[in-house]
Amino acid sequence: MIEILGYADRLAVRPGMTIAFKVSCETGAARYRADIVRLRCGDDRPDGPGFREEPVADAAANGDYPGRRQAIDCGSYVRVGPAAAFDAVDSFTLSALIWPTLPGLDEATVMGRWSGPAETGFGYALAIDGASRPCLRLGDGVRVWRLVHPVALAARRWYRLLASFDSATGAASLHCEPVTPQWGDPVFRPTAGRCPLRPLSSGPRIADVPVAVAAHVVEGGQGTWRGAGHFNGKIEAPRLHAQALPAEQIGQILSTPLTGPSAASLVAAWDFSRDIPGTKARDIGPNGLDGDCINLPTRAMTGHAWTAEAMNWTNRPHEYAAIHFHEDDLYDCAWETDFRWTIPPDLKSGIYAARLRCGNQGEDHVPFFVLPPRGHARAPVAFLASTATYLAYANSHDHYEDPVAERCHGLTVLAPADLFLMQRRDLGLSAYDHHRDGSGSCWSSRLRPILNLRPKRALWSLNADLHLTDWLEAIGQEYDVIDDETLHREGVSLLERYACVMTGTHPEYYSTAMLTAMAAYLERGGRLMYLGGNGFYWRVAWHDELPGAMEIRRGEAGTRMWTSEPGETGLATTGEPSGMWRHSGFAPQRLVGVGFISEGFDSGSYYRRLPDSYDPRAGFIFAGVDEEILGDFGVFGGAAALELDIVNPKVGTPPHALLLASSEGHSNVYVIAQAETGANHPGMDGIESPLVRADMVFFETLKGGAVFSTGSIGWAGSLAHDNYRNNISRITENVLRRFISPEPFPSSAGTR
Amino acid sequence: MTGQRSSERPPAYRVDPSRTDLALEFKRHPYGQHSDELQRVLNLFRSDPLPGNYCVVCTRPHREWALARFRQTSREPVDLLGPVFGSLAEAEWAVFKLRWRKHTGQALEIE
Repeated sequence: MIEILGYADRLAVRPGMTIAFKVSCETGAARYRADIVRLRCGDDRPDGPGFREEPVADAAANGDYPGRRQAIDCGSYVRVGPAAAFDAVDSFTLSALIWPTLPGLDEATVMGRWSGPAETGFGYALAIDGASRPCLRLGDGVRVWRLVHPVALAARRWYRLLASFDSATGAASLHCEPVTPQWGDPVFRPTAGRCPLRPLSSGPRIADVPVAVAAHVVEGGQGTWRGAGHFNGKIEAPRLHAQALPAEQIGQILSTPLTGPSAASLVAAWDFSRDIPGTKARDIGPNGLDGDCINLPTRAMTGHAWTAEAMNWTNRPHEYAAIHFHEDDLYDCAWETDFRWTIPPDLKSGIYAARLRCGNQGEDHVPFFVLPPRGHARAPVAFLASTATYLAYANSHDHYEDPVAERCHGLTVLAPADLFLMQRRDLGLSAYDHHRDGSGSCWSSRLRPILNLRPKRALWSLNADLHLTDWLEAIGQEYDVIDDETLHREGVSLLERYACVMTGTHPEYYSTAMLTAMAAYLERGGRLMYLGGNGFYWRVAWHDELPGAMEIRRGEAGTRMWTSEPGETGLATTGEPSGMWRHSGFAPQRLVGVGFISEGFDSGSYYRRLPDSYDPRAGFIFAGVDEEILGDFGVFGGAAALELDIVNPKVGTPPHALLLASSEGHSNVYVIAQAETGANHPGMDGIESPLVRADMVFFETLKGGAVFSTGSIGWAGSLAHDNYRNNISRITENVLRRFISPEPFPSSAGTR
Repeated sequence: MTGQRSSERPPAYRVDPSRTDLALEFKRHPYGQHSDELQRVLNLFRSDPLPGNYCVVCTRPHREWALARFRQTSREPVDLLGPVFGSLAEAEWAVFKLRWRKHTGQALEIE
């Protein structure tokens, strides 16, 4: 059981900045202890280098704090108001186009002005009941009356819905029809009834209640609202009229532009094709009742009128007028702050954590990255923490939910954090997961506890990268820590003060700004040590208005756990195509010489030196290394492990790159990545295919710069072997020492 | 639509219960490179769908793992089945034997 967990309001801080920590004691501990620690190594396995943290003894934040359990309001929806125009509504018509993905669970609210539980609340709502049938729900705070349409809706089809209520007569009607009728459909006829309640004129006051789309609201305490009754699926063109309109006008009511007799009674018409990158749901009606998109619903989704003639919302926004809502979307847990810490001006850059402890066993580390002051470098080398990749994997469930996981990883092993996350979907999903309705998770956020962004966890992501900081400490190398999100915001200015930048083990996710900055750094003579695998692979975007929110779409190719729906590979935040960087014309080989080819999680292997390693240009790399076999040791069974990259001149490996070494002897669990082959065929595994390998490369760039790439996630897992005295450690140190020296590399372009 | 979905059909590959040599190979070497024939067995065993599938729960970090089973969905708590192992290799072997029985109908009489 997880007893305590927390998160911070930011992952990257600089001296002088204040970071706020939010903590929840999940099992009711009355008090907990917090201490700031500097993380050196997170690998606590008995046969690993050993867990190492250094308390910051004089940190003002250290101390005992009262414990409390903090709740999470997950699930996306649109919230509007309250507003006087809503208060003037007496009779009404609610209408929308919907594409449900989970009809038939609990009753889900499509739109309305409703507060409280669905069985005892008050107001009005258009909903899908637990039997998948559309219904109009009216309540006065004591009693609830429903008008239910007889036809159950199918998942993943577009329907027009309309519900009306005449307050003078109590007459209610409900109409539903499929946008595209199909053979075998039942007959859809309007249904009508007479409501005995007066939902808007009696019962509790409704003036404070917002209108909501894809959920209704319940009181969250202290004047706040939280979502409930979440709808899973797409909604388009939700509208509210202050008049009971006849069902026969459904086509006109949902038309754009807003014309005809019904336009006179229009209160609000939300057009989700407007301002797609933003956080607002724009109202094109007479009152300008813009709503707020809560918890990162997925925008730029194909609507009912998508023609497939456009594959990106920027070309035809009106065909992307839908938002896909999920009950398990989450942006910000919005917990109360428990304590803050202002980073001392002289604090060493590094990876830190707030260590939280309660009871006998409860412990959590809330990591954060302390950068040097802006515009300064305190060391010649920067470790670039892959925070975009950390977010992509945040709280992932794929290692047991992906049907092929066991074939790749072996028997499923569940840690306490996994057991916790299995049932706590309110902690949000990773970009590898499926929502409950089966759709891919396009968003990740850092404003939540991320249980796999921790030391002492699986050797992946941050915990694997801590092997690198451990090694830097072991060889006595001063280093700064910088991070992806800051790189995205600040660009090449973050990098240019460093002689050398060192990546982590898996810098997989890159925004355009990040990649542009890294390329510019190399253009200006920077040196890059890419000490990982499957790097620079997916194209992502950070949200401009919501710090710490990152978006991805999975295109038609790439090793992935889900695939975007047709036409939905364009990023809502930027309009750029997402998917593999290779398919945006920038293969990883162009930047670092190597790119993804294969993955396997059973056992690693070794590299064998190749003739290029004896080229005088590479002499500095192999100084003191006499062995032909490199890295046949380490915590992954070899330095070439987990995910592997190789050269490919066709997509960008520079012609003068030296292919120093390649791995060999991989198992049949490693197979060629599907994006690297036109057709699957026998002989694609590590035993039979010569493509299944990691390539180690080096090349010089213009203006005295250089790149060294290992092409393996497992590389860092071999650094600590034999007390850091081994050929992987030696090679890495040789490269680092040369890369941080001021002596420029001679340009070797055109020499091969 | 009626009829059996393809994912519910029995796999084309079947384990020959007399090939206990493959089981011994796995017991000796549960990780890393395997013979082609053993890899086919493992691919089959490791393709069981999640409902009711075996897994292990780490009950003491790096020291103790308990045999467990998923329920119908991955949103429900797993059921701990009782056996506890001192290494992951032991757990792999225990699950291998359980799956051998399931897929061949015969117990694997190797400890």
